[in-house]
Amino acid sequence: MIVAEQKPLEEIRRMIAPYGRVLILGCGTCMTVCDAGGEREVSFLHNALQLAQARSGDVAHTFSEHTLKRQCDPEFLELLTEKTADVDVILSLGCGIGVQAIAERLPDMPVLPGVNTSFMGMTKESGVWDERCAACGDCRLEDTAGICPITRCTKGILNGPCAGVKNGKCEANKDMDCAWILIYQRLERLQQLDKMRRYYPPRNYRTIPRPRRIMSKVDTVVGEGDG
Amino acid sequence: MANSLFEEKLNSNDFIVTTEVGPPKSVDVSEMVHHIELLKDKVDAINITDHQSSVMRFPSIGGCLIVKELGGEPILQMTCRDRNRLALQAELLLAYSRNIVNVLCLTGDSVDVGDHKEAKPVFDLDSVQLLKMIRTLESGTDMGGNELKVAPKFCIGATVHPEADFIEPQLIKFDKKVAAGAQFLQTQGIFDVASLRRFMQYASQFDVKILAGIIVLSSAGMAKYMNNNVPGIIVSQAVIDELAAVEKGKGLQKGIEIAARLIKTVKEENLCHGVHIMAVGNENIVPDILEAAGLVNVSG
Repeated sequence: MIVAEQKPLEEIRRMIAPYGRVLILGCGTCMTVCDAGGEREVSFLHNALQLAQARSGDVAHTFSEHTLKRQCDPEFLELLTEKTADVDVILSLGCGIGVQAIAERLPDMPVLPGVNTSFMGMTKESGVWDERCAACGDCRLEDTAGICPITRCTKGILNGPCAGVKNGKCEANKDMDCAWILIYQRLERLQQLDKMRRYYPPRNYRTIPRPRRIMSKVDTVVGEGDG
Repeated sequence: MANSLFEEKLNSNDFIVTTEVGPPKSVDVSEMVHHIELLKDKVDAINITDHQSSVMRFPSIGGCLIVKELGGEPILQMTCRDRNRLALQAELLLAYSRNIVNVLCLTGDSVDVGDHKEAKPVFDLDSVQLLKMIRTLESGTDMGGNELKVAPKFCIGATVHPEADFIEPQLIKFDKKVAAGAQFLQTQGIFDVASLRRFMQYASQFDVKILAGIIVLSSAGMAKYMNNNVPGIIVSQAVIDELAAVEKGKGLQKGIEIAARLIKTVKEENLCHGVHIMAVGNENIVPDILEAAGLVNVSG
């Protein structure tokens, strides 16, 4: 899933300053799971913004709130039209994709990002999320025992550990495991160390010409006979 | 035929001595020039570091040009941290055109340990891929498969970490570097001769020259700082204790003594093919180390 962190309240207050009626819009999928922008966070932010406004003696804004099932899906964005009839700006707590999907859907409506989209990852424990995939478009997890060196090695190198590893930790962050030590240990356990001994050529960055698009392929199944 | 004086030395059976000079964070290169002049006739080659510890400085290629101007033998340290494959190849063409042919191929320290922590880390290639890329250039084509009108010829090396706490993955990487064409390996700092001995039992099966890295420490505090902050350096407790035991102001003298002792052991026991002395900011004391180790006028 996509993991994000809500922006600091002061930054959000600075962004909404030019606008009167603000719709705080949550997202019911990834942003809900990572506690950054689901229904609960929308409600908390609504209260926090109202409180901050009251304290500052400023009465510039009125707030409303709503949470879509998914902001990145046209099907759910259709429901947005009625919610935005009398708002001046949407403060989206969706990821960067949600913000852009809204911008494409509503050409005349300003939309602001309420979260910093961080990475693709997984829940490690309650309240802790770890990055696991860099969406490089050229998955090599077969060769690395299911541990991604592109994402989990700070240098994203392909031919084994650098010399900066100490006590199994990364030179860039002493709390972070060296991905290549993890890969070595797991390959050894799986009796596949030959995979680490192979030479891996430089990455092909043409797999990530941004922005990327995937078209669903309708395969013609060539079966036996008339199948 | 050898491409350089250094390669000629590598091909001989002589004990090899290299050292390093770190360029300044300045456009005033007078101190670096002084260090190069001091060392150029006392060692077989001088490495010029490439923004060591990811701290922005005068570039390695610039330092190598100065070594050439002064009649010395440079080793261009080249990391993959700051340049993509176009920039790396272009710089190698520049180096060869100026007769700088000894290249030490490094992945490079993380940007996070340096003084420009917000910079974009490149790492388009890693050290093994850089070695391979140089062999590709020598074959007459660039990485895009396009022909070079005239191909360069280099003498290439890499690094290895015999004192790494997880040694097996480092040995796999060492194998890959040798297979990719490394002719010489300069090790990370050695503090425990036993670990070098163990490593050489493994490495001696390969046709490659190993130069033991000798780091000159000036105090126990410096040793502890390096252990905590400098990638790839693990100073043993025995060395830290030895430095801590001397009276204040005598630390560097002790550091010189330790370095000279290590060099002597390496040479007398014929442990490997030479040494690479890293004085980290104290380049002016390298001649004292050479003298204390009985290595005066090695290149003479």
